[in-house]
Amino acid sequence: MNLAVFRRWESMLALVLVLEFVLFSALSPYFLDVDTLSDATFNFTERALVALPLALLIIAGEIDISVAGVIALASVAMGLAAGQGAGTATLAILGCGTGLAAGCINGLLVTVGRVPSIVATIGTMTLFRGAAYAVLGDRVLKNYPDSFALFGQGYLAGPVSIELALFVLLAVLYGMFLHGTRWGRAVFAIGANPVATRFSGIAVDRYRFALFALTGLASGLAAVLLTSRLGSTRPSIAQGWELEIISMVILGGVSVWGGKGSILGVVLAALVFGLITFGLGLMNIPGIVMSIFTGALLILVVAVPALVRRR
Amino acid sequence: MPAPLLTLTDVRKSFGGVRALAGVDLELHRGSITALLGENGAGKSTLVKILSGVHQPDAGTIHLDGAPARMPTPVTARDLGIGVVHQECLVFDHLSVAENLFINAHPARRGLVDWRTLQARASTVLRELGADFGPGTQVAALGIAQKHVVQVARALVNESRLLILDEPTASLSRRECAELFRIARQLRDRGCALLFITHRFEEIFELADRYAVFRDGASVGAGALAQASREELIRLMVGRPVEQLFPKQDSTPGEALLEVERLGRAGEFADVSFTLRRGEILGIYGLVGAGRSELAQVLFGTERPDAGRVRAQGDIALVPEDRQGQGSILPFSIAANIALPNLAALAPRGWIRAREENELARHWMQKLSIKAQEPAQPVHSLSGGNQQKVVLAKWLARKPGVLILDEPTKGIDVGAKAAVHAVTSEFAAAGHGVILISSELPEVIAMSDRVLVMRRGRLRGEFTRAAATSEALLRAASDA
Amino acid sequence: MTIAPYRRWSESARRDLNLALLTLALFVAVAARFPVFASPRNVAGLLDDTALLIMLALGQMLVILVRGIDLSMAANLALCGMLAALFNRAYPAAGVAPVLALTLVAGGLLGAFNGVLVWKLRLPPIVVTLGTLSIYRGAIYLLSRGAWVNENEMSRDFVGFTRAPFAGLSTLTWIALLCAVAAMFAMRHARIARNLYAAGGNPEAAAYSGIDPGRMQFIAYVVAGAIAGLAGYLWVSRFAVAYTDIALGFELQVIAACLIGGVVIAGGAGSALGVLLGCLFLGIIRNSLPLVGISAFWQMFINGVVIVVAVLLSARQRRHARSILEAR
Repeated sequence: MNLAVFRRWESMLALVLVLEFVLFSALSPYFLDVDTLSDATFNFTERALVALPLALLIIAGEIDISVAGVIALASVAMGLAAGQGAGTATLAILGCGTGLAAGCINGLLVTVGRVPSIVATIGTMTLFRGAAYAVLGDRVLKNYPDSFALFGQGYLAGPVSIELALFVLLAVLYGMFLHGTRWGRAVFAIGANPVATRFSGIAVDRYRFALFALTGLASGLAAVLLTSRLGSTRPSIAQGWELEIISMVILGGVSVWGGKGSILGVVLAALVFGLITFGLGLMNIPGIVMSIFTGALLILVVAVPALVRRR
Repeated sequence: MPAPLLTLTDVRKSFGGVRALAGVDLELHRGSITALLGENGAGKSTLVKILSGVHQPDAGTIHLDGAPARMPTPVTARDLGIGVVHQECLVFDHLSVAENLFINAHPARRGLVDWRTLQARASTVLRELGADFGPGTQVAALGIAQKHVVQVARALVNESRLLILDEPTASLSRRECAELFRIARQLRDRGCALLFITHRFEEIFELADRYAVFRDGASVGAGALAQASREELIRLMVGRPVEQLFPKQDSTPGEALLEVERLGRAGEFADVSFTLRRGEILGIYGLVGAGRSELAQVLFGTERPDAGRVRAQGDIALVPEDRQGQGSILPFSIAANIALPNLAALAPRGWIRAREENELARHWMQKLSIKAQEPAQPVHSLSGGNQQKVVLAKWLARKPGVLILDEPTKGIDVGAKAAVHAVTSEFAAAGHGVILISSELPEVIAMSDRVLVMRRGRLRGEFTRAAATSEALLRAASDA
Repeated sequence: MTIAPYRRWSESARRDLNLALLTLALFVAVAARFPVFASPRNVAGLLDDTALLIMLALGQMLVILVRGIDLSMAANLALCGMLAALFNRAYPAAGVAPVLALTLVAGGLLGAFNGVLVWKLRLPPIVVTLGTLSIYRGAIYLLSRGAWVNENEMSRDFVGFTRAPFAGLSTLTWIALLCAVAAMFAMRHARIARNLYAAGGNPEAAAYSGIDPGRMQFIAYVVAGAIAGLAGYLWVSRFAVAYTDIALGFELQVIAACLIGGVVIAGGAGSALGVLLGCLFLGIIRNSLPLVGISAFWQMFINGVVIVVAVLLSARQRRHARSILEAR
């Protein structure tokens, strides 16, 4: 067996993606259809939008478990504003703004409060989701203006949804930022050795804060898209997404120890993930069973390189 | 002379394709302290790891007390009576001193720890050693020197016949060293064999009675210290006569580059004032823990001062004390490490161009003669000396006005040391300023135009080049 | 005011005492305003509500002590709870003893799966248990085909076991208190527990002393898993229902209780008493909400506030600067 294949993580993900295509098109006659595939993208775009900045955060050696809580909080904020008659643009700005503010809270806890990010975001995850429950209880908010449906249900051109277009655009931007610029280099450096990076004259905490804020902003954006697609807000919205989003990032080959990873990997992982969800759906396999695959995949992703190392 | 306690014959060890020990012989005797010398990479730490059961030799024999010995695990080594005082203080901070001595060997009945016996036995051992702390103290509250004493006490509890002191003095003050040496002699007088590893020659002649020298993984000499001179030992270590170690170029200090006024930071240092001039190398001597590194970090800007001010012309660069933890990013390439503080210059609009990055690295690799195949080689694959040159390069590339060097030659071999000194001297002669922080007296005296002495967070004296003698500096630096 | 011996106490003992005072103050404050809160019946109810949290938090403490984390505990609980319910449905006459044994073993095995991956492959605990969390939840669905097991499908002793009162407290409460007392004793006196502290505090030094830190992690995961498994049956028995989503998200409350109880997330420090107090603190808040007139929907938000404040305070405590500067 050629071990180099395993070392090049992206090529393995691409292979899995091809296998999925072959498998699902063999299993279902409806799979290889432009409209079907276009529908399939909704299975991952919102999550993947959050996975992109989260990948940067994990490469920088931090983690954010509160992303799904932020989505819930932002969705509730929008739902309440919609009830007061806010317009579509106001709602979108409010959703993103709430996400940004929540991200800033995480950033402050980690940089100023000096709390380890896993602990801090376990706390804020409970806090944000708890706030959503506290405000909403068992109510459902659905007084969204008709035009609000644009973000999550609209199409840019032909089968290309606005969500998909947004994801592609942001993926390219994140890729260029992380792999091409000095700021991206600093992100890798911080993950590999934060102390030495600080001793190289780089303001490490400023980066950390910015990455948390960015992840919050992306969660806010995801909340706008998801809420727009569903047309309603429950406090349990996006429940469990933090695990799926983190799985996506790790499946993309980002090292949980920090310092390593690529945007290409995360994008491929998002596709692999979306296709599995969709393919299983085609075969009428319920979502909870899907979680077995997700979990197993997540463990395999880290176990295979470990096994190769052990030999 | 009676038969040795431990005899190593032609012990070899390789890691991957790299030969760490190419056949070493060593004899350690009861009631004797043997100093083990060698440059970095000579195989000393590999030997320690073999003796303490972490690594297994590929070939060769080890005899303990005349019988062949094998140490497949650290526990077997311990049970055979081999104790180690690790440089990096392998102790348990959250636990009490007493428990540290008995960890995984607690006196116990049916799985339950017998605290009373444990406490009593720990007290006895600590009293024997004359330790200045009790068995109930939490280890986190102890200083580094006291943690070393905890490790020695642990060896005593395990009834060690052989104690390895692996560079224990690297971060101890003079007084703490003296205390450790007192305990080492006490163990020697009880018939224990000691192996003492250090880079400091004064200590070797002060403490040891025998020596063994490693070079490139092989033993090149051993014997009684009484018949050896310092020069001879250095020659054995380096394998060639020592050239000029400190090639200081003459320079005349010019205008002020850096003015520091009554600088202070709570709990760390206070009232520090001095001026650094163009072309000057200003030495700051003091014991480890005197507040020198803290001062350097405030000047550099990673920490903020609470009082006073700093006026500088040009950038201030800092080559920090811990080159692996603070100085460089080990998994990054040489090129990426050198580029890191220079990213703004390399990529003014944000985009990093690989070609320019590599060119910069090649330039400095050649200039500082960094031994590596290509700029893409990761820094962790380099020797300590070459790693330090990379750290130096990344800051010189930034063309700073002031360069602060914090223990720049700690633990690197003689050749790399000379190179670092040459570059430093050249940098100052070109009209820049250098602050050289060092605990090594010969280095400070030979390199500096002027020396400041720091003790317990305050400046305690200023010496011109002519007045800076070992005795004067030491007196100012020690608690009088 | 500082009492002399207080200053000589270890950091962890001092933290436990502070938390005990805080918990007591909270209890007294609520009871002063609503005397019914301190009634024996209410206190018994409070303990019964907090019992499962206490058990799980003690298990989680072991894992965090050795630098791990177990996010799969609640999923393990739910899976073993479903196993217990299905076993009881199939063999209603078998009684409680085999159910206890079954859940202990099954939970231990699920924990061992986590432990082996962390020990032998050195995989990051957070990733491993995130993965097994999904797998275990999915397995419940496969096992039950998505159906609920309701009280009418359970035997009477199966449901009655946790509720049987003894000296005013439920059996469930007694089990949890027994666990807490056993943990307090064992963490101080059992040699293996001391090795656990050592392995978490400094794995490298532990390895030199012949302690395999990976093996210690494995043991912690197995014990935590067995506790979660047992708690699975107790949970199903107490609430008399089993389905895929029971105790969903409970792992976070458990971790919260540990953090409030002073278990250091970096490993090596924490006490069973602290964890017990942390659980009681959360339990008092939860049980006083309806009295104070706050909707139960606020519970999670309040937990969030408590966690954030607790971690901020403990982060602040760790920042004690050593002094170099000599006073003149």
